[in-house]
Amino acid sequence: MSDVSMSTLVPLPVVLTLLGAGATLMLSRRPQAQRFVTITILAAVAVIAAVLMVQADSNGPQVLWLGGWASPLGIALVADRLSALMLLVSAVVTLMVLLYSLGQRMTGEEAGAPLSIYHPTFLVLVAGVSNAFLAGDLFNLFVAFEMLLFASYVLLTLGGTEARIRAGTIYVVVNMLSSSLFLISLAAVYSATGSLNFAQLAVRLGEIPDGTALMLQLLLLTTFAIKAAIFPLSFWLPDSYPTAPAPVTAVFAGLLTKVGVYAILRIQTLLFPDSPLSGLLMWAALATMVVGILGAIAQSDIKRMLSFTLVSHIGYMVFGIGLATGAGFSGAIFYVAHHITIQTALFLVVGLIERRAGSTGLIRIGGLARLSPLLAILFFVPAMNLAGIPPMSGFIGKVGLLQAGLEVGTPLSYTLVAAGAVTSLLTLYAVAKTWGLAFWRTPEQAHEMMRALPGLEDDLDENQHRHGFVIHRQHVHVAGTAFGTRELDEARRVVDVDAPDRDLHQRLRDGSLPSRLPLGMVVPTAALIGFSLALTLVAGPLYGYTDRAAHALLERTPYISSVLGSDS
Amino acid sequence: MSANLTLILTASFLCGTGVYLILERSLTRVLVGLLMLGNGVHLLFMVASGPAGDPPIIGSTPTEDMSDPLPQAMVLTAIVIALGTTAFLLAMAHRSWQLNGHDDVQDDDEDAAIRLLAQADEASDSHDLFQGQTADDPGDEDTFEEEGSTP
Repeated sequence: MSDVSMSTLVPLPVVLTLLGAGATLMLSRRPQAQRFVTITILAAVAVIAAVLMVQADSNGPQVLWLGGWASPLGIALVADRLSALMLLVSAVVTLMVLLYSLGQRMTGEEAGAPLSIYHPTFLVLVAGVSNAFLAGDLFNLFVAFEMLLFASYVLLTLGGTEARIRAGTIYVVVNMLSSSLFLISLAAVYSATGSLNFAQLAVRLGEIPDGTALMLQLLLLTTFAIKAAIFPLSFWLPDSYPTAPAPVTAVFAGLLTKVGVYAILRIQTLLFPDSPLSGLLMWAALATMVVGILGAIAQSDIKRMLSFTLVSHIGYMVFGIGLATGAGFSGAIFYVAHHITIQTALFLVVGLIERRAGSTGLIRIGGLARLSPLLAILFFVPAMNLAGIPPMSGFIGKVGLLQAGLEVGTPLSYTLVAAGAVTSLLTLYAVAKTWGLAFWRTPEQAHEMMRALPGLEDDLDENQHRHGFVIHRQHVHVAGTAFGTRELDEARRVVDVDAPDRDLHQRLRDGSLPSRLPLGMVVPTAALIGFSLALTLVAGPLYGYTDRAAHALLERTPYISSVLGSDS
Repeated sequence: MSANLTLILTASFLCGTGVYLILERSLTRVLVGLLMLGNGVHLLFMVASGPAGDPPIIGSTPTEDMSDPLPQAMVLTAIVIALGTTAFLLAMAHRSWQLNGHDDVQDDDEDAAIRLLAQADEASDSHDLFQGQTADDPGDEDTFEEEGSTP
């Protein structure tokens, strides 16, 4: 009896959030009530996810057939160990991000943003993410992706400024393309097997010719690789994420790519075990890690630097999946949980930096450590965690993955272990560089160095003529925009009017910067960082949990038999 | 299973035209391309659903003659989603036109900056800054020496 009541909890993370989205839309003129509804629902989802996690761990996967249709006909929602863990982490992260965005908005910045649609859209996003984690068939997964993507389109272009429209264009077009690819894969899977249910597919895909199965797997993997931003399909991410408002970037960076990783993990384990494409995934992981982190080092803006580390660290999770061993899957799951919290926390901190220093460009800012020691600590802890400094969860996750790689012991896995270690070091370099420029140097040094930029007027003109930049500018000028690469424009301003009022050094003097960080933004950030540190404290039990989850994924029978009934 | 050749040819024509249009720079053309691609994919789903048949209502026709209702339901869902996305993309194209007077997809500022620096054979700005010098200017190396000193 208790089993029945527990499995009715399974659809609640989706249903509650969608109902909440409707309710907050109706309450759009009463911000207080909106806030109350959203926070209550997100907290409830977190609690439900925790209960589901305990249930899935002790009683096996929780299954609910929507609408009460008999076993193979209806739409199944399944919460196994993996789904429940993802659900819990995403619920905690989204709750913190929402609190943060409330803190940001209450102080009156972005007064022009359409506040009333923020809450409903955010809830639809959470509903989509939860549905993706719970989906028991491919088509439901597709609908979940569309839900979260649609919400993300709106959130990304919130306010409709020029930069956001530009970033949104790329994001929307890329995702519509990948959705078309997803539909093509669905049609192919359906015509080959006559089903889209994960559990049924797990049985039937074994019965079709190997070549056909390989094609289906390639189609699905390509689709999810675009969503997860795996190199070479990661080009869209650093272009589109950094322009959004800080909380939006944070939740995108934390969750959306991980939904893609989750989907890859699910199909690799359940639908295509012993797949011949594991080697391909490992190569992709290698390229993602190395190219991503090299991109991060080249950036001169903290948001973009973090977007590239995000791409790079997706490579770690794909590495774990590509190993196709229990230890590899376990490491990947742990790393996903770690990375969702840490990447979100870092983007929230960047939002604070933007608030305090007025910019996230490394050229402009400096001396933040002295200006705001609290901010320095808030950045330092997750940054070191991201780089994998012991004893934090980033270190534990990386060690788990590297050990899994060594256990497999093929030349390719050794290469990946080496690449993983190098990526970790380069991540440390990238965040240390950010630390050195933004926090450690004095504002005076920042000012001096900005004046010493390699973009003095003479050089600039010469460069323009030499490299056809003039044509570029004219083209855009005809079109009527004030386009210019930001760096060169900044350099120009420095040279032309010496614009001392535009940089930190001077703004500190005349006090035009906000002198305090809003508590409503600091507390959720600190809470999320605390949560990431708590992952370190419970790393032992958590790793045990991910081990059990990974073994259930490898066995496959718990999932299949709980969905289809024990007779099959 | 016998597939309908007309459907396959139409679907491939629509997909090909769609991909060609997506490669354009104007957002409106991209949108038309995405629509054609989407329609092609929806037709492909009809191919996947097998030969056409009678309405799948129990009692009206024998089960063997019925068409498969499931892919049709999926395509309907996909069409609804495509409708929503199209509306959103149109709104974005309109906004882009409001802001810029055109709806071309623009280059990314930071990418353009990095490309320029690469063309000029420079390392990234932040690298130069961290070194305390520019690649063209190896002379003043003492800029970062006073890191610990207080003003």
